Amino acid sequence: MNALHIQKGSSRKSAYDLKNPLDEMLETHTLTILVDNEAGVLARVIGLFSGRGYNIDSLTVAETDAEGHKSRITIVTTGTPAVIEQIKAQLGLIIPVYEVNDLTVEGPSVEREMALLKVAGSGDKRVEAMRLADIFRVNVVDSTLESFVFEITGTPEKIDAFTDLMRPLGLTDIARTGVAAMARGLG
Amino acid sequence: MSEMTGAKIVIEALKDQGVDTVFGYPGGAVLPIYDELFQQNEIRHILVRHEQGATHAAEGYARSTGKPGVVLVTSGPGATNAVTGMTDALMDSIPMIVLSGQVPTFMIGNDAFQEADTIGITRPCSKHNWLVKDTADLAATIHQAFHVATSGRPGPVLVDIPKDVQFASAKYTPKAKAHKGHYNPQVKGDIDAITQAVIALEKAKRPIIYSGGGVINSGTGASQLLRELVASTNFPITSTLMGLGAYPASGENWLGMLGMHGTYEANNAMHDCDFMLCVGARFDDRITGRTDAFSPNSYKVHIDIDPSSINKIIRVDTAIIGDIGHVLEDILKVWKSRGRKTNSVAVKDWLAEIEGWRNVDCLKYRNSDSIIKPQYALQRLEALTKNHDRYITTEVGQHQMWAAQFLGFEDPNRFMTSGGLGTMGYGLPASVGVQIAHPDALVINVAGDASFLMNMQEMGTAVQYKAPVKQFIMNNERLGMVRQWQQLLHGERYSSTWSEALPDFVKLAEAFGAKGIRVDNPSDLDDAILEMIDHDGPVIMDCLIEKHENCFPMIPSGKAHNEMLMGDDSTEGAIDSSGSVMV
Ligand SMILES: Cc1ncc(C[n+]2csc(CCOP(=O)(O)OP(=O)(O)O)c2C)c(N)n1
Ligand SMILES: [Mg+2]
Repeated sequence: MNALHIQKGSSRKSAYDLKNPLDEMLETHTLTILVDNEAGVLARVIGLFSGRGYNIDSLTVAETDAEGHKSRITIVTTGTPAVIEQIKAQLGLIIPVYEVNDLTVEGPSVEREMALLKVAGSGDKRVEAMRLADIFRVNVVDSTLESFVFEITGTPEKIDAFTDLMRPLGLTDIARTGVAAMARGLG
Repeated sequence: MSEMTGAKIVIEALKDQGVDTVFGYPGGAVLPIYDELFQQNEIRHILVRHEQGATHAAEGYARSTGKPGVVLVTSGPGATNAVTGMTDALMDSIPMIVLSGQVPTFMIGNDAFQEADTIGITRPCSKHNWLVKDTADLAATIHQAFHVATSGRPGPVLVDIPKDVQFASAKYTPKAKAHKGHYNPQVKGDIDAITQAVIALEKAKRPIIYSGGGVINSGTGASQLLRELVASTNFPITSTLMGLGAYPASGENWLGMLGMHGTYEANNAMHDCDFMLCVGARFDDRITGRTDAFSPNSYKVHIDIDPSSINKIIRVDTAIIGDIGHVLEDILKVWKSRGRKTNSVAVKDWLAEIEGWRNVDCLKYRNSDSIIKPQYALQRLEALTKNHDRYITTEVGQHQMWAAQFLGFEDPNRFMTSGGLGTMGYGLPASVGVQIAHPDALVINVAGDASFLMNMQEMGTAVQYKAPVKQFIMNNERLGMVRQWQQLLHGERYSSTWSEALPDFVKLAEAFGAKGIRVDNPSDLDDAILEMIDHDGPVIMDCLIEKHENCFPMIPSGKAHNEMLMGDDSTEGAIDSSGSVMV
C-alpha cells in the first residue's frame, strides 16, 4: 500500500503514545460564574455539563446583585486538566455569562458550605451527639426530646467529618447547600 | 414613534436588519406575522414544504452570500422540525435566525395545542435562544439575535414569540438604538502570539497550512489574505471539507482536501510536517484520524475565533484567538516587517517530497466503457460546468466525498455541504436556498439516491419559485457510504443498505412539474449533463452509476494519517476493534 514506505512511528516523538501521563490525573476545581439572572440561565450551565459529560460535584446559585440582575453560580467539578480548561472555555461561550473564575488556580480562596443534620436518639448516643456538636461548634436549630437538628458551616471536608461522626449516633436526614467560594484578599 | 403590533415589529426588525428573504412555513401560532408579511413587498417569503427544508435552505442562502439566513416556523411541530437544521448550522457555524411562534403566554405550561418547550428543545442546538414575553422587548431581542448569530463564531439562534406578544402593541426599537448586550467576541489576535507564530513560520522546513470553514466565515477578504500568505511563503496548503474554495483548487500549492477521504499528499504532509498553521479549522475527528499519532513532529499554530476550539482535541504550541481576516492581516504585517523570511531552500525540498506523494495519484480509479463510474461522472460534471457561475451543494455519503475530491472550487462560498453533522437531506433544500440568493447562477446538488429522498418534497418549492436547481443524483441504489463501512467492518453483511423500491426519478421530476433525465451509459453522459445545464428550470438527473464502488483513499477509523487505504489495497481487517467503535 504505502508506495513510499513511510515508517509509522519512525520519529522521535511518534511512538504512538504521546499522551502526557499527567493529563490523566483528575483535579477538583471550584469555578464561579457570574451570569445574567434571566430565565433558563441555570439550565444552560447545567445542560453544558450534562451534554458534554462533565462532572458536577456541587452547585450553588443565587442572585447576588438584584439591581444588575446578576447571579453567581459556584460549581465544584472534577476532571483532567484538559477537561477543566474545556469546561471554562465552553462556559465562556454561553451568552449570559459575564465571567468565569477558577478559584483553584487563581490564588488562595475560601470555601464554605452549610448543612443541616437531623440526629434522632436517646440516652448516651444523644449526649455524645451533643458533645461532638459542641466540639465542632455546631448550632442546634431545633430540638425535641428524641431529636436535634444541627446546623454546621465549614469546608466540605469538615461537614463530611461531622456527618461521619453522626452516622452511628442516629443520623436520619441531611441537607447540604453546596459550596460557596470567594478569592481571598483584594486580588 | 407610534406603537405597532408585535407581528409588525417582527417585519420592521427584519427590514432594519437588511433581510430580503425568509424561508418558512405558516401555522396557527404565527398567523399574525404571516398577515404582516402579506401586506408588504420588501421581504420575500419562500414557502418550503417542510420546516427542515426551511433551515437547510437558509443555510444554503447564508453560506453562499455571507449573510445570515432567516427562518420562520410555527409552534410545536414547526419548531421541532427545525431542530435538525439548527443542529447542522451549529456544527458548521452558519449564521441563522429562527423565529418560532409559541402558544400565548397565559397558556404556556398547560400542554396547549401545538405547545412544545421550544426553548428547552433548542437550547443545546442554538448559540442562544430567547422567549419574548413582552412585546416591548421584541424588537431589541430580534436585533440582539442577529448580533449573536453573526458575531464571533457564527451559529443559529432562535426567538420564540408567543401569539399574544404578536398581537399586543409596543414601540419599535430601531437596530441602531437596540442594546446589544455584553456579547462581544475578540476579533484582533494577540500580537505576541502572532509574533511567536511568525517566528516559527520563518524557521519551518516542512510547513503546511491547514485551513477550514472559519476562513470562509470570516469573509472574502480572509480568503484573499490566505492566498497572499500562500503565494508569498510558497507553503503547501490543504483544507477541510468546509474550507474548500478559500484557496483555489487550481492554485500551485494546493494539496487537495485532507482527512478521512483526503488526498495521500495532504495527509502525509500533515503527518510529516514540522510546522502546521491551522487557520479556522478545529481538528475534527474526520481530520485528525488517530489523535495520539497526529502530526507528531510539528510546531502547531491554531487560529480560531472560538476559544473553546483551542486545545480541545490537539494541544497546540501557539494559539491565536481572533477573526481569521484580522489575524492573517497581522501575521502578514509582522512577517513583512521582519523581512519576509522563510527557509525557502528547505521548503523547496519539502515540496519536492510532496510531489512524490502527489505522483502516487491517489484518486486514480479504473474507468469503464459500459458503466458510469462515480468519479468519471464528477470529472465530466466538473469539465462541463467549471466555466459557469457555479454553486455546488451536496447530500451526505460517498457522492459527497467524491464531489469534494473531483470538483474544483476556485472561490469561497461556492460549496455548501453538511460537514459536522453529516445531514442526509441537506443538499436539495440548500440548493434551493442558494438559487434564491443567486437566481442566474448554475446551482447543482450532487446527491445520493437515498439522501435525495429525505427532503425530496422541496422539489415543490423549486418548481413554485422557478428555482432552476439541478439535482444530480449519483444513483448507486445503495446507502453507499454505509455499505462501504459494512464491507470494511462487518464482514460484507449488507444490513439494510440496499435502496429498495426507489422511485422512478424521471417520473418523480415530472410529477413535480420539473424535468427528468436518466443516463446509464458513459457515452451518453456528456449530452445528459449538457441537457441538464441547458434546461431552463429545475431538473432531476438520475445518473445510474457503478453500485459497488468504494470511496478512496480512506483513513480507516482509529488509524493515523500515514496509514491510508488506497483504491487497490486489500481492505480485509482494515479497521481493528478499537477503530470500529468510532463512527
Ligand atoms: C439523516 C441521516 N441519517 C443517516 C445517516 C447515515 N448515513 C451516512 S451516509 C448514508 C448513505 C447515504 O446514501 P446515499 O445518499 O445514496 O449516498 P451514497 O453514499 O450512496 O453516495 C447514511 C445512511 C446520515 N448521515 N444522515
Ligand atoms: Mg446511494
